[in-house]
Amino acid sequence: MNIVRSSTIRAGAPFLARIEKGQRCRIVDTEGNEAVDAFFFNADDPLERYSAVDTIRAQRNVYLTKGSVLLSTENRPMLTIVEDTVGRHDTLGGACASESNTVRYAHDRKFMHNCRDNFLHALLAWSDGLTKRDIGANVNFFMNVPVTQAGGLSFEDGISGPGEYVELRAEMNVLVLISNCPQLNNPCSGFDPTPVEFVVMEED
Amino acid sequence: MNESATAEPVVLEDRLPPGCHHALVVRRGYTLRLTDLQGGANVGLLAFNFDDRTDRYNMADTLKAQHTAMLKAGNILMSDMGRALLSITRDDCGWHDAICGTTDAAMVAAQYGERDFQDARNDYYRNGRDGFLIELGRWGLSRRDLVPNVNFFSKVVTGGDGALTFIEAHSAAGDCVDLRAELNCLVVFNSAPHPLSPATTYPTGEVAFSVRWTGPGGPDDACRTSCPENGRAFENSEAWFAQPEGGPVR
Repeated sequence: MNIVRSSTIRAGAPFLARIEKGQRCRIVDTEGNEAVDAFFFNADDPLERYSAVDTIRAQRNVYLTKGSVLLSTENRPMLTIVEDTVGRHDTLGGACASESNTVRYAHDRKFMHNCRDNFLHALLAWSDGLTKRDIGANVNFFMNVPVTQAGGLSFEDGISGPGEYVELRAEMNVLVLISNCPQLNNPCSGFDPTPVEFVVMEED
Repeated sequence: MNESATAEPVVLEDRLPPGCHHALVVRRGYTLRLTDLQGGANVGLLAFNFDDRTDRYNMADTLKAQHTAMLKAGNILMSDMGRALLSITRDDCGWHDAICGTTDAAMVAAQYGERDFQDARNDYYRNGRDGFLIELGRWGLSRRDLVPNVNFFSKVVTGGDGALTFIEAHSAAGDCVDLRAELNCLVVFNSAPHPLSPATTYPTGEVAFSVRWTGPGGPDDACRTSCPENGRAFENSEAWFAQPEGGPVR
């Protein structure tokens, strides 16, 4: 594998990158216990996008890990998780937003920085045509959201340590939209968001 | 109040044949009742703020705010703008799936075989995705608005390793779920089978639906008070109506 390029995504920052079919991207939790909110579009037709529920339904499992195939809203493979040192990633918890922060914590949290603002910022900078309507349920890499047999769901302290990573192979040309989660109201980033590394690789 | 809902006049009543799709506007304070007439039904459902259809049901926001991976009485369906859309004021099943999505044409063909209109006329096998898209298109929406849906009357359990198990025959004949609108809601639904149903024959049961006036949830409402998060979502919905024509306030 050759490294094509590498980017540091600062804590709380938006990020958007196009990766070509066959390329891989490795997301490194540099300092550990960070939540990386990620969403994916077909780079050639952004109305086709990542589908959390189709991914869950097809693999009959709520957690993402090595071997998971991230499916699109057209039920086509977008990316495959080919390496994963953590073992479990979430795709039910969604992205924090100004509005959901008012619901989950308090009305006065609405001006805190949040992942939806990052998603919108990066998306609208890339294309005028895309809006909130185009953002569906995302992946939360390194985030620990256990689901119980009784149907409970909670956000727990992260299980990812410094230097742990997840690596995905693109099965189509994809646009990767990332918010390095700025959430300070729950333990998804240990109340201390930190930078992550985004590395694009390809075969020799 | 909820308890007297059945005594309130019904303003709309109809039946959805198996696999079919529909959409209707349920205004704030009206309650949509879905009834599984035969048992074992699945109703895939999406909801939008009718006054601003970019404001729509959001699976993740709904689940994390209520610390649940499924929906039952006392839960609300929240929009991505932090508003209560629909409150589950009555629920005879105790569990409604929110994380498995819907079927598409290929899935239905693989599970039940091919049966198109030319061969079967209106008994052809419809699927959830196409049903959603047709109704979204009817109301000016598109596949951009096809987001993770609720599957009423269906139960899927998550094991310790995250594996999903579909529970068969979860809903009994006559089971109801009442959805009270806290905003003016566009409700889009279909009775296509659940995507994880192991059944080998296509569903045959009808789903009755009706709308009656019950009034919106008051200060002591069970859905509003079931957790502080729901209370704030109700406040966000009420803020929408703080201006006479409605509109973003909070």
